[in-house]
Amino acid sequence: MRKVSGLSRFNIASLAFGLAFLYLPILILVLYSFNASRLVTVWGGWSLRWYHEFFNDRAMIEAAWMSLRVAVASATIATLLGTLAAVALSRGERFRGRTLFSGMLYAPLVMPEVITGLSLLLLFVALNAERGFWTVTIAHTTLTMCFVAVVVQSRLGSLDRSLEEAAMDLGCDPVRAFVAVTLPLIAPAIVAGWMLAFTLSLDDLVIASFTTGPGSATLPIRIYSEVRLGVKPEINAICTLVIALIAVVIVIASLASKLSSSQGESAAPL
Amino acid sequence: MAEELPGTNVAAEPAGGDACPAAGQPLLRIEGVAKTFGTFRAVDGVSLDIKAGEFFALLGPSGCGKTTLLRMLAGFEAPDEGRILLGGKDIAQALPHERPINMMFQNYALFPHLSVRDNIAFGLKRAGMPRADIATRVAEMVALVKLEGLEKRKPDQLSGGQRQRVALARALARRPQLLLLDEPLAALDKKLRENTQAELMELQRRLGMTFIIVTHDQEEAMTMADRIGVMKSGKLAQVASPRELYEAPRSRWIAEFVGDVNLFDGETKLRDGHRLVIGTRDAGTLVVAEPREAVGTGKLAVAIRPEKVKLSRRGPVSEAGRETAINSLDGVIADICYLGGTTTYKVKLDTGGTLQASVANSARLDVDAYGLNQHVVAWFTPDDCVVLQS
Amino acid sequence: MSSRRIFARPARFAAIAPYVWMVLFFLVPFGFVLKISLSQTAIAQPPYEPVFDLTAGWDTLKAAFAALSVGNFRLLGSDDIYVFAYVRSLTVAITATALLLLIGYPIAYGMARLPKRWQAVAMVLVIVPFWTSFLIRIYAWINILQHDGLLNQILLALHLVSQPVVWLSTDTAMYIGIVYSYLPFMILPLYATLAKMEPALEEAASDLGAPPWQVFWLVTFPLSLPGVGAGVLLCFIPIVGEFVIPDLLAGSNALMIGQTLWLEFFTNKDWPVASAAAIVLLVVLLVPLLLYERLQKRQLEQGR
Repeated sequence: MRKVSGLSRFNIASLAFGLAFLYLPILILVLYSFNASRLVTVWGGWSLRWYHEFFNDRAMIEAAWMSLRVAVASATIATLLGTLAAVALSRGERFRGRTLFSGMLYAPLVMPEVITGLSLLLLFVALNAERGFWTVTIAHTTLTMCFVAVVVQSRLGSLDRSLEEAAMDLGCDPVRAFVAVTLPLIAPAIVAGWMLAFTLSLDDLVIASFTTGPGSATLPIRIYSEVRLGVKPEINAICTLVIALIAVVIVIASLASKLSSSQGESAAPL
Repeated sequence: MAEELPGTNVAAEPAGGDACPAAGQPLLRIEGVAKTFGTFRAVDGVSLDIKAGEFFALLGPSGCGKTTLLRMLAGFEAPDEGRILLGGKDIAQALPHERPINMMFQNYALFPHLSVRDNIAFGLKRAGMPRADIATRVAEMVALVKLEGLEKRKPDQLSGGQRQRVALARALARRPQLLLLDEPLAALDKKLRENTQAELMELQRRLGMTFIIVTHDQEEAMTMADRIGVMKSGKLAQVASPRELYEAPRSRWIAEFVGDVNLFDGETKLRDGHRLVIGTRDAGTLVVAEPREAVGTGKLAVAIRPEKVKLSRRGPVSEAGRETAINSLDGVIADICYLGGTTTYKVKLDTGGTLQASVANSARLDVDAYGLNQHVVAWFTPDDCVVLQS
Repeated sequence: MSSRRIFARPARFAAIAPYVWMVLFFLVPFGFVLKISLSQTAIAQPPYEPVFDLTAGWDTLKAAFAALSVGNFRLLGSDDIYVFAYVRSLTVAITATALLLLIGYPIAYGMARLPKRWQAVAMVLVIVPFWTSFLIRIYAWINILQHDGLLNQILLALHLVSQPVVWLSTDTAMYIGIVYSYLPFMILPLYATLAKMEPALEEAASDLGAPPWQVFWLVTFPLSLPGVGAGVLLCFIPIVGEFVIPDLLAGSNALMIGQTLWLEFFTNKDWPVASAAAIVLLVVLLVPLLLYERLQKRQLEQGR
């Protein structure tokens, strides 16, 4: 007899479709980045020609370097602030302004980026701040710390509170209990949060467009302006490199979180 | 060593050594402690003395406030009213890490990122104990709970019983004056639980420590504790030794909560020396021993434990006279429940009520057993009965 | 005092830095958007007036307040371009969300039915494309959908069409792009609720005589509604304000509000109108945003 809760043919078909839909376009893109032909759609044999082209494109390289710096800086600040926010929300109980605080942290998660970008630009203009690396970094930090907060908060929420009580029972004051017990246990979530913040920053076009200044374009801004002009094989190569970079980050981070979760319990949700 | 800060009693030898209260004074005195959550009065004016070296059990149904009381002793909750005196010092408002009290948590709360050794050493490190001493103490603890060879394991690589031992060792490592155990055996299966009960008792006696255990399992409390405090709706209903609790429950609720019991409502008809004659609605007239504490003449209940009721085919097989000394009731077997060591019979009395009788299966063959609808005589002595105010 | 309260005091200190940050870079900027939406366009740097100058004294400030006007909002309400843009944004978002639900639900359901070990793998597989850049994913589809792209080549080779079909700059391309980009956001909350569901519930329903489709419709689907709600909101809200996908994949004859805002800001340099458009967009999204926030909070609090 067929088990009701087992996999049906329909289940398998929809899974196969879903994965093909998600992965085929990216695979095709990676494949074509190694195409020798200038015509994007004609296969002219394997070649690294477009990678050469990219590495000789100074403007692109500069944009990529800018993006990387922004991503590392904003992810690091966002992880710090987001973790603090998560701790306050999940361990702070009730405090004045809590509702406003959690509202401010949840809103950017779904807020259209055009609004976040526009509002930050208006702030920077009013402050007469020179737009460039720091304004983009601040903008990205504001957005990504909310994601970090959610990831870390859900881990903190699922943590057994009696572990902290046990630490206090064994002689820790609350702060030391947090450092000795809670922090190592939420480390995988913090790592995942950093990773998420890093890729979100690397990915962002809209907010960066608003908050950056002339002469300091990020990689997505450069790619976007190229793509608007039409498909260029060089873009395939850049995209492949970005995918590779993100893959490396994911692998390193998941190794790190596995390492710390072999000391901890289950791995953090990505 | 006398100048130790509270919470750094690690070197105190042995448990409660230097902080031992003067003879006759209790180690722990709880005075009128109350705790309210919102409008719910979880603990409602509890007073209790616990002597050094005692194994005390807090017993009660879930929601009776026993866990809240324990958490107040550990410092996780602060009482709204009352005092908690440990060795004469009020610790009611002290933080958990400032108390020379340790707790074994219900689900053990072992730190999953630390090895067995580091879990046990955790509290010792906080107390600033020298490294070498920590190693010695940990080894001592590991040996005490028989976990040799597992020091490097992580909690998720241990069985339920092993985890329980780690939790115990961790709580004992600091040599607290008082060890609190919150449902320590609830997560173990029945066989393991019985073995562990015996080990815990043995350990407590050997270390001469004071244990307070919280449990909802009355058998567990009866087996292990020197004294039991039964809690109901935030109040202590009775504090007594296991035997006293079972044989002389102070109220109808306790009689029913602790073990099985037959209860018959009635009124005093006659007082005859040391005997009371009570007329019941369901079991006719019963003769019972007069209780130590005088009861009024109003409505009463007579309680008889099922194992005190004897059954026979004809009449009481006893040298005592049937009329005065023995209560004897006729009835038929209405239900039989075979439990291995004993069999519980439900007897439908001719007087209308139902009486449970628990009979030891002392013979392997069922020659002695009674059959359904068989006529029997159920009998018990006046001393087997407890009179309770209704 | 409880152990939670013992912990709460130091934990509250942790709020200070992120709190200040969010007030400074999230709340205050909205004040600016609101203010500028009430200002006039000017050919200046910054291109609006009045400009508040706190150093100029109280009188100028008062004058500045007097010069604020709701003219920009009146413009948004009367000019067809903006009205159409809002209507189009909502239609696109509703259609795309419905498509996402239809496509995402069977996939999430299939994932939840996998053996436990494979569920984790499937979840990673769904998340990984999300980690690759948004822009790259759109670009990948341009590769496929362009005039002599892979899709047309396949269709021609199979003789399904005799001439290349125009895919790019159509709504079809835009919907493909949106569904592709937002699919993980729909699948993950759905999967989370479906995976948590007790398999015994479905077994009980079929034991009580319900055929498979009824088991699904009467038990599984109603119980997955919280996940449906989260997925729908998680997709709907950002799609309304979407800019990149319609800009790159859809035609330029009908704009969404995100595009209009971008255009006003970058091309027409009309900051006040762009700000007003942002405010209106925010008002439109206020209800779904609040709904989403409540859902999020409830889920996090249940996790405790």
